[in-house]
Amino acid sequence: MLDVTEAPTEAQFEFITFSAGDQSFCLEITQIREIRRWTPVTKLPHTPDDVLGVMNLRGAVIPIFDLSARFGLGETVDNERNVVIVAAGGGTTIGLLVESVSEILSVAKSAIQETPDIKSEAARQAILGVISVGENMVRVVNLDAVLDTEGSSV
Amino acid sequence: MSNSSIRDTFFEECEELLEALVEGLAAMEENASDMEVVNAVFRAVHSIKGGAGAFALDRLVNFAHTFETVMDKVRSKQLDVDEQLMMLFHRSGDQLADLVEAARDGREPNAESEAAILKELGAYLDDAENEEELAFDAAPLAFDAAPMAIDLPEAEAEPPGEPEQRRFDIRFRPSPALYANGHEPLLLFDALAELGTLSVIADLSRLPEFDSFDPEDAVIDWRLTLQTSEDETVLHEVFEFVDALCELEIEVSEEPAESLPADLPEPADPIAAAPPPPDPAVPAALTTEPQGPAQKPAKQSPPRDEPRGPRPTLRVDLDRVDRLINTVGELIINQAMISQRIEELELPAVAHLTNELEAYKLLARDIQEGVMAIRAQPVKPLFQRMSRIVREAAEATGKKVKLVTVGDSTEVDKTVIERLADPLTHMVRNAVDHGLERPDKRSELGKDPAGSIRLSASHRSGSVFIEIADDGAGLNRTRILEKAIEKGLVSPEAELSEQEIDNLLFLPGFSTASEVSNLSGRGVGMDVVKNAVAALGGRVSIASTPGMGTTFTIVLPLTLAVMDGFVISIADQTMVIPIASIIETIRPNPRDLHCIGTDGEVISVRGAYVPIVDVARNLGLSGEGADSSGVLLLVSTEGQGLTALRVGAIHDQRQVVIKSLESNYGAIAGVSAATILGDGKIALILDPDELVKLTPAALFLPPAPPPKPELRHA
Repeated sequence: MLDVTEAPTEAQFEFITFSAGDQSFCLEITQIREIRRWTPVTKLPHTPDDVLGVMNLRGAVIPIFDLSARFGLGETVDNERNVVIVAAGGGTTIGLLVESVSEILSVAKSAIQETPDIKSEAARQAILGVISVGENMVRVVNLDAVLDTEGSSV
Repeated sequence: MSNSSIRDTFFEECEELLEALVEGLAAMEENASDMEVVNAVFRAVHSIKGGAGAFALDRLVNFAHTFETVMDKVRSKQLDVDEQLMMLFHRSGDQLADLVEAARDGREPNAESEAAILKELGAYLDDAENEEELAFDAAPLAFDAAPMAIDLPEAEAEPPGEPEQRRFDIRFRPSPALYANGHEPLLLFDALAELGTLSVIADLSRLPEFDSFDPEDAVIDWRLTLQTSEDETVLHEVFEFVDALCELEIEVSEEPAESLPADLPEPADPIAAAPPPPDPAVPAALTTEPQGPAQKPAKQSPPRDEPRGPRPTLRVDLDRVDRLINTVGELIINQAMISQRIEELELPAVAHLTNELEAYKLLARDIQEGVMAIRAQPVKPLFQRMSRIVREAAEATGKKVKLVTVGDSTEVDKTVIERLADPLTHMVRNAVDHGLERPDKRSELGKDPAGSIRLSASHRSGSVFIEIADDGAGLNRTRILEKAIEKGLVSPEAELSEQEIDNLLFLPGFSTASEVSNLSGRGVGMDVVKNAVAALGGRVSIASTPGMGTTFTIVLPLTLAVMDGFVISIADQTMVIPIASIIETIRPNPRDLHCIGTDGEVISVRGAYVPIVDVARNLGLSGEGADSSGVLLLVSTEGQGLTALRVGAIHDQRQVVIKSLESNYGAIAGVSAATILGDGKIALILDPDELVKLTPAALFLPPAPPPKPELRHA
């Protein structure tokens, strides 16, 4: 797939990588609005554990999800480096609490591999594909699946 | 501007014009002889026709034309407006609205009713009028047959003593084709006037009687006198384009001219360029066909004094207004933050700073009110829509109904108006169908056979009141109760107060009409109305007196964007509860608290026992009973009647900006929305009605299902 002569002309995609629940994830940079330091949120009653609460983002009320908990990887442990990634898609803006943000990844489309054929349907929906970086495998988060709070199929 | 946006503008204008039409028709009903009103209706129809023509909406044009032609007969007093015609006009207006709507949505309009109305309208026209096309507004003016001088722009003064100055006498008789081709004599005369000094006389001698007036014909001849130094050929050039469309004679006059050029043909001879004598058929037509002399004078005299249109308005995209409202909301919050921060600083000389801050606060509030006012719209269009509903409902049931509207300039938030249309339609239909008695029965009872429905809107103490009152039989409470028992909605042993019986109407699945009528009772009950109103933060109540009628009252908040609330704390979280829902606050005396069962608690309030709901517990927040020593808020809820809500403490009363939770997350039981407090934190706004419904069992049934376990391997 990686044709060296073709690579320079191919469109580059930029991702921001971060870790949640000791796993590496990334989101396409165009989906990310900003990255904020963690500040206490207002808790919402009757919500699943992965919904931390709501935060005031310049006048908009946005829900904050614990990405690790949402992916069933346990609650994010309080840490100095915890940040909230504010992401938007389909007219909805949400915040994702992650352990830490790592780097910006610039890859060609061909470098994104399909999600390996795993059994879990939900996992296949939540992860669009994987990118191999050195020894690490970075999972590309399907924001739509996270945004889908109604069905909460994630 | 793209074609589609021009089209959009046209349909927006149509909406306004239709509104004006409905309004005009209503006014006509009161006084059909008021020409102002008739003209206004005519203009509305005419404008729709004109615009529709530009978009080749033929059906619309055709219908509007027929409507307009009949309207014109009324305008010219050829037709008297009786009740039957008035009804026809109303229905034509409705049909026109349907056609506009169909054209806008690209749907096929209801051809049946259109044809029926067209036929009825056609009955008021004779054949000629059915065929003719009204191109001009024929003003019903009386004319002297005397020639009249027409003011034209002063020509440039000719240099005196210019030897070539000659006087031309021009006779100009336009044919109807000249007008049909879009030529305008005034422009020709203007062109002539530029050549020298021109005087114009209109010869109205061929003017027919008004009754036999054909607006398409040309009956005015013109005699022009031009003093100019130009050559005769130049004059002909002016008429070049209309040469074949008129009879033209140009003669050099001798009397005042100093010089008579020898090269001119004999004065008596018609100029060679003059068109041949017209076809014999034309003069015949000129005299026999009815015709409109009004066109020329109407065009050249200053415009008639038209009544002023609506005040100038600005069409703004709703999104822009909403963005502005949002930003202003931010400003208010920001102002609160600044005040709070400055207070925290505990500056020594803070007094005048406080004054400035106070002024800032007032300004911010002013801006907010101003911006909110942009969204506010009079309920008039909504009420006008109801007049159609009443008419149709009356027709369907064979009842006679008068609709009276009061306070239709009352302004309400645009969204409220939009979302009120359906419930109101339903209630108005109900009032006609179920509320009013049949005319014969009314006569028996000594009432006016025509029932009346009164639709009123008013502002009262920060709320909008909308009332739908009929003067019918009133609610048949025995029947309602029977029905409710029959349907198993209440137990047969239940002792219900009158008000409780009335409120049974709002239960889902209740319909009083013993037979489902065509009109109401389509499976949509008053419960839907109630829910729609509740969704707007309002409530519906009923008052009914047997034999006198029934009144439904809808109470709505003024705006959907801000709300007055108590800032309270619940298990150490700050929350807001709408003041409107709170009846009173109680600091309970332990003597008044009583336990029922293991965890049921009631408080005696002036002798009545009111159940206590622990808000923290119902919301699933720290079950330590943190608020057990708190304050009780007495609320009246839909589901459970009077209830006392236990909260930690009341901190403040303030206006809060309502922020939707649903736009980014979803609905949460017991919480209606959120707001941002002075410190930038978010506080949840509680919904008492929903709150009391939450049983502790609901705690274990979160609205959103928990994540699926298999994802743990992701």
